[in-house]
Amino acid sequence: MFNMILRVTENPVRRTTARDIAIIAVFAAITAALGLLPAIYLPVSPVPITAQTFGVILAGAVVGGRRAGASQLLFLALVALGLPLLAGGRGGIGVFVSPTVGFLIAFPTVAGLIGWATERVGAPYRLLPGLVVNTAFGIGVMYLFGWVGMMATTHLAPWAAIVALAPFLIGDALKVVIATLTAKGVHASYPGLLRSRTARAVAGAA
Amino acid sequence: MRTSSLGLFRPGQSPIHRLPPGTKLLVLLVLGAASVVTQRWWWLVAALVVASVLAYRLAGWGVRLWWTQLRPLWMLLAFTAVVHALTSGWQRAVADTGTIVVLVACAALVTLTTPTTALVDTIVRMAAPLTRFGVDPERVGLFLMVGIRCVPLVAGLAEQVREAQIARRATTSTRAFVVPLVVRSLREADALGEALVARGIDD
Amino acid sequence: MRIELERVSHTFGDGSTARTVLRDVTLTLTERRIGVIGHNGSGKSTFLRLLNALIVPTSGRVLVDGLDTARDARELRRRIGFLFTDPDAQIIMPTVSEDIAFGLRRSGLSPERVDARVRDLLVRFGLDAHAGHPAHLLSGGQKQLLALAAVLITKPLALVMDEPTTLLDLRNAAMIGRVVADLDQTVILATHHLDLLAGFDRVLVFHEGRVVADAPPAAAIAAYRHLMDPES
Repeated sequence: MFNMILRVTENPVRRTTARDIAIIAVFAAITAALGLLPAIYLPVSPVPITAQTFGVILAGAVVGGRRAGASQLLFLALVALGLPLLAGGRGGIGVFVSPTVGFLIAFPTVAGLIGWATERVGAPYRLLPGLVVNTAFGIGVMYLFGWVGMMATTHLAPWAAIVALAPFLIGDALKVVIATLTAKGVHASYPGLLRSRTARAVAGAA
Repeated sequence: MRTSSLGLFRPGQSPIHRLPPGTKLLVLLVLGAASVVTQRWWWLVAALVVASVLAYRLAGWGVRLWWTQLRPLWMLLAFTAVVHALTSGWQRAVADTGTIVVLVACAALVTLTTPTTALVDTIVRMAAPLTRFGVDPERVGLFLMVGIRCVPLVAGLAEQVREAQIARRATTSTRAFVVPLVVRSLREADALGEALVARGIDD
Repeated sequence: MRIELERVSHTFGDGSTARTVLRDVTLTLTERRIGVIGHNGSGKSTFLRLLNALIVPTSGRVLVDGLDTARDARELRRRIGFLFTDPDAQIIMPTVSEDIAFGLRRSGLSPERVDARVRDLLVRFGLDAHAGHPAHLLSGGQKQLLALAAVLITKPLALVMDEPTTLLDLRNAAMIGRVVADLDQTVILATHHLDLLAGFDRVLVFHEGRVVADAPPAAAIAAYRHLMDPES
């Protein structure tokens, strides 16, 4: 078990090891498991808050860009195969022609970008940079995709698509904050996932 | 090959069940591409909506299961219909909303009538031409299978974490649930990675 | 099967986090039934992982039938199967029969031959009623049987088992013990269930990274008990 961790830190060659496969698969399943948490309804919005996009941000903030992106791509593939993994037990290829398709397509992109940026910042994981990264990609890029997808499927005017999406924002802002705190907690209890800034500088100089 | 108890697949003997998965996916693809054209005539779209209900009949089910597939979207569909009706007329509302209904219902029908493993096999076969772009179809299949396997694995961990939380009367905050879930999942991934190596996946 | 360890040491990590788990172990193993005992953290698990090339030692050599684990890992894993403590973590495929067949996916055997072998193992381990079921719905004992079947499908010459009964109840542990006793293969078994070692040819006792006793079961277990409680 420990040797696997070592192999990754000692050998930064970018190829998918068996451990990577396992981490990718497990994070796809974590995004799925979070979709099973009961949705929360806030009185101000008719749109329920589900924990699903939480998994997307978390993957990026915990396992790095390549593995996070791959995990969310795998998650979408499992959904497409008909596993009822989306919040509310939805799944199947139908969701890829529905108006929220933009958000789904954003999952791997956002997880990959958050992971890439988190790796750039390096260990130890800190709240403020984490919050900035997670908001920029987890909300900015996510909604850009979601907005375009909404217009493409429904042919709504840009303003109407914004009106349709706005209610989701409240929950997502909340999720970004919790996801950042969670990522900090995970890095504290499972160190070694991020390379530290000093170690990276040494490796770069060598 | 029954991964069905995990998925949305519903066994049956209907003509739609018996169609090869590749054919069903192809029909769906054609339907999606054609929607750009069919959307011009509201009555054609309306006819397609009716046809999609009939397809559920043919598969051995009724309009209720058809509606079950669309229900999660009803608010967005209603919103789209109202905005289109107000801004561009009811024909446009029928055409645009109806197209979404048709595509979602038909895609769901493919899922309902095709076992997960059959879809995995189809995808692995379809990925074969991608070999020249560096895609290993067998690897794709492995990823999908390990992914399918991990869903109940992590769901089981989630259940254990929840029980531990209750036993310790910890708060019900999301973070107090997710941190241990992710940490335990990472440990499980270490063990699974080791097992993959031991069973011959060493690259 | 002939397993040789030549002055093997192994350290995890480096600098301040370094932990040496095996210290200068030299051994030659040729027996058919070899037991490994010792308390948690004594080096048992690391020793077992060396045999299957899951770990390459930081110094010294491990040779299995003349093959060096540092170089011939792939061939070695074909000859030696590994059974882990937690069956949940080693089940890779979604359904029982798919998981058993997994080891043969690049064997070049025809689907009919693969099916026949899978069916044999399903019947042998009483899992035939569950062939198409999701693996995660099996009981703990059945999962460990499935894991064993999945290892045996490639017909390895030897099996390395890392506490395969630790997570099982007594009845299932005894059942796995009987299955293990009936295997034709060489077995190297680490366990805390000392009664599983009855009839073994040789038992190694690990303590703080060293082999402190190497004897037939009765003598080795006595040495182990004495180690745990010098008063006895």
